This record gives sequence, structure tokens and C-alpha cells, in this order.
Amino acid sequence: MLLGRTANGLYWMSRYIERAENMARLLDAGLRLALTQTTSSAEEWTSLVVSAGAEAAFRERHDEFTAATVSDFLLRDTSNPSSVVSSIETARMNGRMVRTALTRECWESLNEAWMSLKRLLANPIDERELPSVLDAIKRDTALFRGSFQGTMLRNEIYNFASLGTLVERADNTARILDVKYYVLLPSVHWVGSSLDNYQWESILRSVSAHRSYRWVYEADYKPTLIADYLILNPRMPRSLAFCYRGIVEDLRQLSEDYGLQHPSYDIAVKVLERLQVSSIKDVFDYGLHEYLEGFIDDNARFSQAVADNYRFT
Amino acid sequence: MVAFDEMRPENSGLRQPYQKYQAWLDEQDPARLTEKMQDAERVFRKTGITFAVYGEDAAAERLIPFDIVPRILSGQEWRRLMQGIEQRVQALNAFLDDIYHRQEIIKAGRIPKELIANNEAFLPEMIGVRPPAGVYTHIIGTDIVRTGEDEFFVLEDNARTPSGVSYMLENRETMMQLFPELFQRIKVRPVANYPQLLRQSLAAVKPEGCEGSPRIAVLTPGSFNSAYFEHAFLADQMGVELVEGQDLRVIDGHVAMRTTQGYKRIDVLYRRVDDAFLDPMTFRPDSALGVPGIMDVYRAGKITIANAPGTGIADDKAIYSYMPEIIEFYTGRKALLPNIETYRCSEPSSLSYVLEHLHELVVKEVHGSGGYGMLVGPAASKKEREAFAEKLKARPSNYIAQPTLSLSTVPILTEAGLAPRHVDLRPFVLVSDRIQIVPGGLTRVALKEGSLVVNSSQGGGTKDTWILDD
Repeated sequence: MLLGRTANGLYWMSRYIERAENMARLLDAGLRLALTQTTSSAEEWTSLVVSAGAEAAFRERHDEFTAATVSDFLLRDTSNPSSVVSSIETARMNGRMVRTALTRECWESLNEAWMSLKRLLANPIDERELPSVLDAIKRDTALFRGSFQGTMLRNEIYNFASLGTLVERADNTARILDVKYYVLLPSVHWVGSSLDNYQWESILRSVSAHRSYRWVYEADYKPTLIADYLILNPRMPRSLAFCYRGIVEDLRQLSEDYGLQHPSYDIAVKVLERLQVSSIKDVFDYGLHEYLEGFIDDNARFSQAVADNYRFT
Repeated sequence: MVAFDEMRPENSGLRQPYQKYQAWLDEQDPARLTEKMQDAERVFRKTGITFAVYGEDAAAERLIPFDIVPRILSGQEWRRLMQGIEQRVQALNAFLDDIYHRQEIIKAGRIPKELIANNEAFLPEMIGVRPPAGVYTHIIGTDIVRTGEDEFFVLEDNARTPSGVSYMLENRETMMQLFPELFQRIKVRPVANYPQLLRQSLAAVKPEGCEGSPRIAVLTPGSFNSAYFEHAFLADQMGVELVEGQDLRVIDGHVAMRTTQGYKRIDVLYRRVDDAFLDPMTFRPDSALGVPGIMDVYRAGKITIANAPGTGIADDKAIYSYMPEIIEFYTGRKALLPNIETYRCSEPSSLSYVLEHLHELVVKEVHGSGGYGMLVGPAASKKEREAFAEKLKARPSNYIAQPTLSLSTVPILTEAGLAPRHVDLRPFVLVSDRIQIVPGGLTRVALKEGSLVVNSSQGGGTKDTWILDD
């Protein structure tokens, strides 16, 4: 038996951990790109903030998109609810609320991540320190994930936390792809052509998929293949298809445990089926932007259905 | 006035309970001990055993400092304390039952009627209500101070929602991690089964008509409460749900919690929420921490609330001064553990005595706790005493005063080696169909040299408390 409030806490704890990690990846990719200096870097930094869904909030705080302002906003700004420091604070607050549902190792790794990241992000970060700071964020969140995967019983507690991770990840991947794709693609005629461009690597790098892409496709970076990889490839752990496979599995287990199938299950199955039957050509025929926008909406609707069906509030 | 040191009293040698510990200590490298002290802090911070201090930055989470030198009591000392505590706890429950029913103690003229009638802690809603199994106060933390080899006094009966038991458990856990070899050399009675005893104790007072094993939950005000860690810790250790008011609702005459599979009934609620916040329909209407209608369910006998609403009347500081009479009235015997002499400022003769002797007294608010709003006369400046005297004159019945006791000391580890500091002791008592006291307790220690204030909110620390198996 699990309290609705606890399920809610687990779900958001995971979402915010995932968000902190993705924020670090996003910045990491931006940093690499800025270092190559093949393009106007302001555009690149702008796209980072847009991917993070925080353009309006950013403009309230800063006039210019530079490495310093963007990294400060995405890492340290407490007025930005999705900054790493805010995310880890929210994750820990939720974790603290549900700590009786977590193993000791799991709670301690979250608490330690919170302590070390708060310290790390307390003062403005020198640009030279940025790579090591990003590494530390990825390491701390990975430690949490490791103890979570390694010690948690596979029961409803696990399922609700897992749902949070996967919903957040799917949302992040879809946003990154949607924003970057249009920043990078000068015209539709380029779709399908082979581009030897660091910028394409940056999309993949922001989801840590730049090396595995080559293992899978044995090809140069192509816009269609990159989209295929991040949307439809069920083995790529940050793809939409992968996330929804996991989501459906979590819900299947919950339905089995509770002996009751909720509408949220049907929503998830429908989203997954669409990802399974589509080819990347279908996606482009439909319009990539429209497709991703539709997905982000479905994902949000699904998240709300889970909260309703399982009495989060 | 030289305080009694429990390890090495002045003019005499090492006391028996500390002999084996001292032998071990002699073999230790001082540098290693300092290192262990730092290890302990890391352990506590990592596990998040923190508490929030009211009045400080809302986000502030502090550690209660932990000292690695144990406070040791012999089996014989402990047995004596236990008898005294048991007697007191019996009297407390009998007093509560009487006060909410026939009020014979008032009719017998042993305590004044006004003390009850005008007391905020007295809940008229509880008149005539008999809690399941007849138990009012299930979980009690009796604060005990010592002034000499054989002089123990009860300082306070915490009969509402005493806290600190998680520190007793974590302190022991930490000591066993830091010094496993010590526990092989010295037979210390274990405390680790407290959560199981608590669970059994709560289950034993389930409501009448509850079939099978009852569903138990711990009610917390939420994660911003200073004792949240403890609430979560106990729920976890007992394997029961940790609920907040927002999770609960009265459905079909029962209290139920919102789960991912709908509302489920609760039979026993260990609440760590004050009476005033328990039921906005009965008490404070602005309370978001409680459960609307829970008092109706309680009066209908469909849920056990531990401790029962209204138990505060028994540990009120004004009532405290009558404890010797209360104990004698209900048990027919003199109190085994004495009270500290207490002046009730509501009585004019006492008030004038207190005002004249402020420099040597400790003055406390009748309803206060946690060391807030009290004056330690000898430590206060003239100005502070004068300001306090004004408050006293304005509301005399709000205060009691006690002589400044020379609390016993136990050494702590400082940078300059061992140094004595004042301590008190809070053993934890469980009442169901029987009375159980786990052999141990929370030793609080004033870390500042000479300080008598041991409250964690005022800079006090804690020690592991050992009861020897002898």
C-alpha cells in the first residue's frame, strides 16, 4: 500500500533528478560547440535556453545570451525552477518527504548529491571550472540512479519513481530535438543530406549519444538518422520509444499489482504504438516539429492522467 | 558548588560503571579519537539526521552535536530509575482518567479546581471519553536529572508528544559503527528493539471491534517540522505509513488515508501533531495539519490516537508541582523519584519569594518547552533579570520557578581532552496493557563549559546512554 502523496513525491523526485542531469548534458553540449567556434555562439546559447523551456524567464534576468549568463541561469539561478540547483533542491525535498519509501543508500546518495551540488553551485562558476562542475552533476545524479537501480525493490514504489524518470526524459529529448533541429537546419532541402558539422554532433552529445550513433548507423551524421535515433530507436536509452516502452511496462506492473487498469495505461499504449509503427519518413511527412509538439502534449496529458488515476493529490 | 561527576566524582576515584570504559580509553590514541569524532559528524550529516531550529532561516538544517564519550549507568541504578518511572507513569494515566471522568482528586481537595478548569491543556471535549484500552498517555519521555550518587529528580513528565527517541537509536548505531570493539568488551543492554516494541504497544491498544492486526500510521505535521526526521524514522522502522493531515479524511465513520488504490482505513494513529491542530472542526479551525472530524471518530471509539488528546494536562508545568500528591493519591505510596522543589508564581507568597531570588532560580513558562522563554537566573545579566521580573509580575500564573540544580556532569571529548559537562536523561516509556522502558534513553549534554541548558534548540548535544548488563 502506498500513499498517493508518496507516489507523487517519488514521481517528482525522479523527474527533478532527471532534469538536473539533462540540464548538465545540455550545457555540456553547448560548451563543446562554443569551443569549436564554427558558428555564432550566441545562437547556440539561445537555443540551449529555448530547449530548457525557459526563454521568457531568462530574458527577465539577462540581456545577452553568453556562456556566462546561460550557464549561470541553467546551473545556479534559484529563480529558475528548472536550474540544476533548483531541481536538486526540489528532488531532495520530495525525497525527504518520501524517505521511508527509499532504501537508506538511495536516500543518502540523494542527500549527498544535494549537499555537494549546493556547495558546488553556491558561488559563480569560472568558465574554466565549468567542465568539472558538469561532470560532478552527472556523477552525483548517476550515483543516485545507481543506488536506486541497485537497491530498490521492484514494487509500486519503483514503478512510480521510474515513471517520473521516463516522462521527464522523454520530454527533454523531444524538446532538445525540436529546438536544435530548426536552429541547425537552414532549410528543408538539407534534410537527408550528409552534414559534416560539429553542430549535429552537439544534438547527440546533449543526450550522450554521439558515440553510440556511429555504432548503430555506421554513417555520418544525417538529420533523418539522428531523428530516427532519438525518436524511434527502442534501444537508445533516451529515445522517445525507449521511454514509452518503459512507461508501459511500469503501468502494466501497477495494473497487475492493483488488479485495475486505468485510462493512463491506454494513453501510454497508444503513444507507444504510434512510435512503433511510424517510420522516420512518416514523421517527416507529418512534419517533425508538429510531430514533436504533439508528442510533448501527449506526454503532459499522460503525466496528468497518472496523477489523477493514482490519486497523487 | 561542585557538580557531581558521574565518571570521577571529586575526592574519589573512578566510579564502577566507567571502569571498563576507562581501561579501553587508556589504550586509545587521542588523535584517533578526534578522528572518530569527525567520522561521527559525517555519518549524521550524510544520513540527514538534522533538525530545524525555529526562528532561524527556514532552510537551515542543523545537526545536533554528538559526543562520543558514552554516559554509563549501572544495572542497579537503572532498576531504581525504572521503578520510579513506572510508578509515575501509572499515576499519570490514572490522573488523566480521573480528571476526564469523576475528578475525585479535586473533590478530595488535593489539587485546586482552577488549575484544571482554567488550563488550556485541559480539553473539555475529552470529558467522559474513555480511550481504547483505557490508556491516555502511551509514549512518555521522563526527564531526569541527577545531583549526586543517589540523588535523582524528575524534571519534567513529557506526556504529550515527547521527541528524541530516534537520537537514542541513531546514537547507539553510530557508536557501534565507530567502536565495535568496545561493545565486545563491555556488555551494554541493547535499545534497537524500540521500534518493534512501539509497534506492538500501539497494536495492543487498537480500538474495540478492530479485527485482526490493526493498520497503524504516524501523523506528522510535515517535512518542515523540526522533528520530521524522527517521524519518518519511526514510521520506517515500524514499517507503517507516515501520513500528513492532507492524506487523511473521515469516511463512513472511520479515518482513512488516500492511497494509490483509494482510501484505506486507519485503526491506530501515532500522532506527532499538537492537540490544537488535530481537528479543525473541534479545535483550531485554521489548522491544515489535522483531520476534520477525527474527534468524532475518536469519541465513537473507532480509532486510537496516541497519545490521547488532552494528555497535556498531565505534563503541564503547573500540574508538575502537584505530582507528589498525584502519585500518592493514585498509587497509595510516596513518590519513588522526587520532584524538584517548585514555586508556583500564581501563589502570592511564592511570587514574592521568586522575585527576590531571581538570581538563583530557573523560571519557566508553564506551557513552554524546548528551553524557549525561560530564565536561568545565575547565568542571566541584571538587565535580563529585571526585564523578566516585569513579565513575571504581568502574568504570574504563566510561570513556575525552581532552584538552580547542580546537574551532574559526564565528560565530553574536547580539543583539550576530556572535560566535564552537565547532562540530563530522558528514558522512553511505552504504555499499553503493560509498561515497558527500553534500557537506555537520550542523554542531553550542555556543550558550553558551565552551561546548564541542555536543550538542542539552545546549543545542547547528545550522548549515547549505556545501561550495563550487570
